[in-house]
Amino acid sequence: MKPEFFRKFNFLFGTAVVALAAAAFLVLTFERPTIETVQSGFRGTSMGQVYNTRTLTAVQARNTVPEMDEAIPNDPESPRASEIYENVQILGHLSVEQFGRIMLAMSEWIYPNAENPAESCNGCHVPGNFAAEDMYTKHVARRMLQMVHTINTTFSNHVNANGEVGVTCYTCHRGQAVPAAVWSQEPSNAAPSRMWAVAGEQNRPVTATGYATLPTDPFTPYLWGDEEIRVISGAARERNNNQSILQTEWTYGLMMHMSTSLGVNCTFCHNSRSFASWDSSTPQRVTAWHGIRMVRAINNDYIESLRDRFPPNRLGPLGDTLKVNCSTCHVGVYQPLYGAPMLRNYPELILPTQTAAPAADPSAPVQPAAAPAAAPALN
Amino acid sequence: MAMLTFEAKYRVRGGTLVGGNLFDFWVGPFYVGFFGLTTFFFSLVGTALILYGAAIGGTWNPWLINIAPPDLRYGLGLAPLREGGLWQMITICAIGAFVSWALRQAEISRKLGMGMHIPWAYGMAVFAYITLVVIRPVLMGAWGHAFPYGIFSHLDWVSNVGYQYLHFHYNPAHMIAVTFFFTTTLALSLHASLVLAAINPKKGETVKTAEHENTFYRDFIGYSIGTLGIHRLGLFIALSAGFWSAVCIVISGPFWTRGWPEWWNWWLQLPIWN
Repeated sequence: MKPEFFRKFNFLFGTAVVALAAAAFLVLTFERPTIETVQSGFRGTSMGQVYNTRTLTAVQARNTVPEMDEAIPNDPESPRASEIYENVQILGHLSVEQFGRIMLAMSEWIYPNAENPAESCNGCHVPGNFAAEDMYTKHVARRMLQMVHTINTTFSNHVNANGEVGVTCYTCHRGQAVPAAVWSQEPSNAAPSRMWAVAGEQNRPVTATGYATLPTDPFTPYLWGDEEIRVISGAARERNNNQSILQTEWTYGLMMHMSTSLGVNCTFCHNSRSFASWDSSTPQRVTAWHGIRMVRAINNDYIESLRDRFPPNRLGPLGDTLKVNCSTCHVGVYQPLYGAPMLRNYPELILPTQTAAPAADPSAPVQPAAAPAAAPALN
Repeated sequence: MAMLTFEAKYRVRGGTLVGGNLFDFWVGPFYVGFFGLTTFFFSLVGTALILYGAAIGGTWNPWLINIAPPDLRYGLGLAPLREGGLWQMITICAIGAFVSWALRQAEISRKLGMGMHIPWAYGMAVFAYITLVVIRPVLMGAWGHAFPYGIFSHLDWVSNVGYQYLHFHYNPAHMIAVTFFFTTTLALSLHASLVLAAINPKKGETVKTAEHENTFYRDFIGYSIGTLGIHRLGLFIALSAGFWSAVCIVISGPFWTRGWPEWWNWWLQLPIWN
């Protein structure tokens, strides 16, 4: 064989290997069409959503509505649940048929595995003694019923912004005792540095912030505390805006979370020519504004206030509760369960005023939430 | 015009791609040719359509004039004139004019016995434009994905497209393109400062030669690419900037629909550490 042959062979073989490797890399790391697009602004503004149909199929499979029974009326002839059962504190006003129905639905939504002796009714009730107060889950469930009521009434601006939809237990729980997407504070990734203005938990790619190098916990300041999210100056070259890059990145992190939770991009709510301007934003931004207040209320008034009720295995590594964020309900969709109006089939979840009052359960030793203090790193 | 002494050399017959001798003439100092005529035609019609669009658009403020592509629901079909049809006609005129101009450059290069560097270089910018207004919209299934013709409006489009992928700085081709753009300006500034220094000596000194320039860079960074080489390098990095710009936008949508930071998960998921 002549050396010329080897030179040619080596060149061709090397080129083929590199081309194959490059092709494999491109196929594996990028998406194949086809895509689906939704326009949401004036033509040419490029406001709207861009989806790959394969991604949509996967997301749809995760967001199916369970089989539901038709709603039954609150028959005034029937005895009340409180007359039949002992110690019914929240749902005593229901007819006994409605009461049985909602108990069954809750067990299917939250503890669906009837084969497991710790699930179904036994998830919240002491076997054989439904009135007993021994299970922490029962106390939590009561508070959650009040919470669902508050969400459907006080925060109607959020949950009924696009049709009468509302929420049920299933909106978050989806057949799990603890919803899949919850958050708690994490130990810091690195010691805070006086030299570099970076958050200790920065530069660690997490789903919460869309895998960017943004602070990984935008929840503590904004969805537990009520730090100011808007950092943009109202006017050009404003002198008194002391917001730092770090604060901006924290806001960006929260926005990344909202985008990835809803499966939408920034233009769902904003025209990026001015993120701050409400005039050029979409109506969805108003819904999101109410949603942020709703999540804060859920985390502070309904979850963190139960901290002492939870056993240690239901708390995060730093001892705070497992709280909600946008993902908890939305699960990758702009409207949870694509806006299926499940609440319509479960009117039992709308409480009469006196039981719905979000006043703290007097029997529960409630510790005031220490949340806002947990966000000093912002300053 | 000082160049007129060279006219005998530059005004040579032949080298046309289309039309033979028919359009092989000059108007004043300008070569015409078949593609000169088509350039003139498309520019005139396109400009007239832009003025018509501005006239029916409600503002003569040059910043705010906006001629937008059709709504997405028209897909790849024709739209009514006032709802994007004008944009479609202007786009046809623009591509006609740009491509004609590149081909006219090719004819002139042939007349002068030059390489095709200039038409290819200009063609790269045209390719980037066509990627934005034809290739990507076709891949995404609607002309409405192209950018609008207007100073502020096209900037808004750029910004919104970036934020449709959450954080465009994570787009790998955008990274490469930006790097090439910065490298182009760096190389140009290094080259320009060297040339200006060489041809503007101190009082009493003579103009420096290319060998002096080479020596300076050999002293400075240990290597001089040379007087010819710097122009080859400049061409390469400038064209690469345009090429990767086209790539970075054509992959956004057709081949990636999520946030760009998420694309980098392939790195996190390498079997080496995952």
